[in-house]
Amino acid sequence: MTRVLIPSGALGLDYDKEALARGVEMKPDLIAIDGGSTDSGPSYLGRGVSKYARSSTKVEWKGLIKAAREANCPLVIGTAGTCGTDSTVDWLLEITRECLEELGFHAKIATLKCEQSPDQTAAALERGRVTPLPGAPKIDTQAIAACEHVVALAGAEQINAALETGADIVIAGRTTDTAIIAALPLKKGDNAGGAWHGAKIGECGALCASNPQSGVLMVEFDKDGFTVHPLAEGANATPHTVFAHMLYENSDPFILHEPGGHLDVTEAKYVPLDGTRVRVEGSQWHVADAYAVKLEGARVAGYQTLLMATLRDQHYVKNSQAWIEDILQKHAAKVADRMGLSHEDYSVELRRIGVDATLGALERRDTSPNETGVLCIITAEDQQTANEIGKLMNPYLLHHPLTRDEEQPTFSFPFSPAEIDRGAAYEFCLHHVLRLDDPMEVFRLEVVDA
Amino acid sequence: MPEIGAIAQKVRSKNAGPFWLTIDIFCGDTDTYHQIVEGLSTERVAQVLQTEPHTLKRFDIDALNVIKISLPRPVVQGHRSDRDMHGAAWAALISEIDIN
Repeated sequence: MTRVLIPSGALGLDYDKEALARGVEMKPDLIAIDGGSTDSGPSYLGRGVSKYARSSTKVEWKGLIKAAREANCPLVIGTAGTCGTDSTVDWLLEITRECLEELGFHAKIATLKCEQSPDQTAAALERGRVTPLPGAPKIDTQAIAACEHVVALAGAEQINAALETGADIVIAGRTTDTAIIAALPLKKGDNAGGAWHGAKIGECGALCASNPQSGVLMVEFDKDGFTVHPLAEGANATPHTVFAHMLYENSDPFILHEPGGHLDVTEAKYVPLDGTRVRVEGSQWHVADAYAVKLEGARVAGYQTLLMATLRDQHYVKNSQAWIEDILQKHAAKVADRMGLSHEDYSVELRRIGVDATLGALERRDTSPNETGVLCIITAEDQQTANEIGKLMNPYLLHHPLTRDEEQPTFSFPFSPAEIDRGAAYEFCLHHVLRLDDPMEVFRLEVVDA
Repeated sequence: MPEIGAIAQKVRSKNAGPFWLTIDIFCGDTDTYHQIVEGLSTERVAQVLQTEPHTLKRFDIDALNVIKISLPRPVVQGHRSDRDMHGAAWAALISEIDIN
């Protein structure tokens, strides 16, 4: 049997310390935690930085280093620093060194780097090694080469290579959410379907149980399946909460693609062992004909300047659509006249908060709010241009009248200056897989003593 | 003609990666599940989401009393015209559908 202790869904979200101590007493074979995902958008991958605060990351990571020392087992993190670029692996390595020094510990650390050179990835596309997944954008070698960062998602093979170095701590760049949990059970010969299924159930910590914010979860793997055991006070897993986790952030609740194959849970049976634990058997792992890893990439889509105004005058609240349409038309003419730019050179949007800012054309409700926020988003090739276009927008948002003969109105600005330079806006541009002859072909493993 | 949100336990939506969205209708009990499965056609969902029915993946999951609908994101997450980074608000659109 292989016991994997999962402190929470992500490092930086905190965990229940008492429940973690309970898990340590159960002698886990591994403590595994995820460090990120694409869920917060392309900016983190584009910049190669973490979403979570360094202070939270350090406190929580230090607690896990101590827990792993007490449990006498390795500690592994996947997708270190939200996006899993080389820069975020190095960032967490630096934090790890600080933690070890403050704890007076020495440790062997393995780093698994998953970042890909955009040029080499473009070359792999030309060789036919890169293929699109459903819903992927159209790409060419230029689009890939324009990426700020490209990462390949490591699977169980690469995590096991890192664990086999005998490291106390494994800091991995981008991995699948499940790989860090499934790797060790797979290596130890536990049921492969159970290993991947249990890893998917456990990847968000106690989100698969009641009291989902409590975080800490033990998953016990063996040759027939796995057992889910939430460890916080008042956290209980039921067949319903466990199965329901297959819905979470999955487009298909029965099939999960991973490097080297796919998991099928159609035949899985969920059985309650008591009020807290659930036993799962019957999940199937299907080995793929070819070994492939998923790629993610982010590139700069332009530079943005924002403005915001609020309309409180009911005449304007009721006629905000006509007001913004008129402004957009006059502003475009002004930009053309003053800057010589056409609509192909930049984009400008006025989103009405309180009306349809969230859903746009999909909005179906039509009720009049007390006030309407107008969020102006300008995207241009460089920051200076975006800011200049913003300055041409400013007078309209402040004073534009609905009709020519009325007294000049004034609208509310929450800031001065009204223009807020947001810096680069990034976009995801890869939803593809890269075929490999050897799982370690594009990953780099290093071991350091600290 | 109740709204789905008034009879279901919970409707939630979220990204399933940057290129897909997924919406889960937790009906709560078998009767409500059957009422919604029968009252909510895939064509109606497609109409509300302003897409073609064939782009939707629908799973009616008896064991959970859940209806799951997944679709390619109309705008890729984080694109400059994306209005909802985590895909949170699609749930409201489904929640506000009146069913027969």
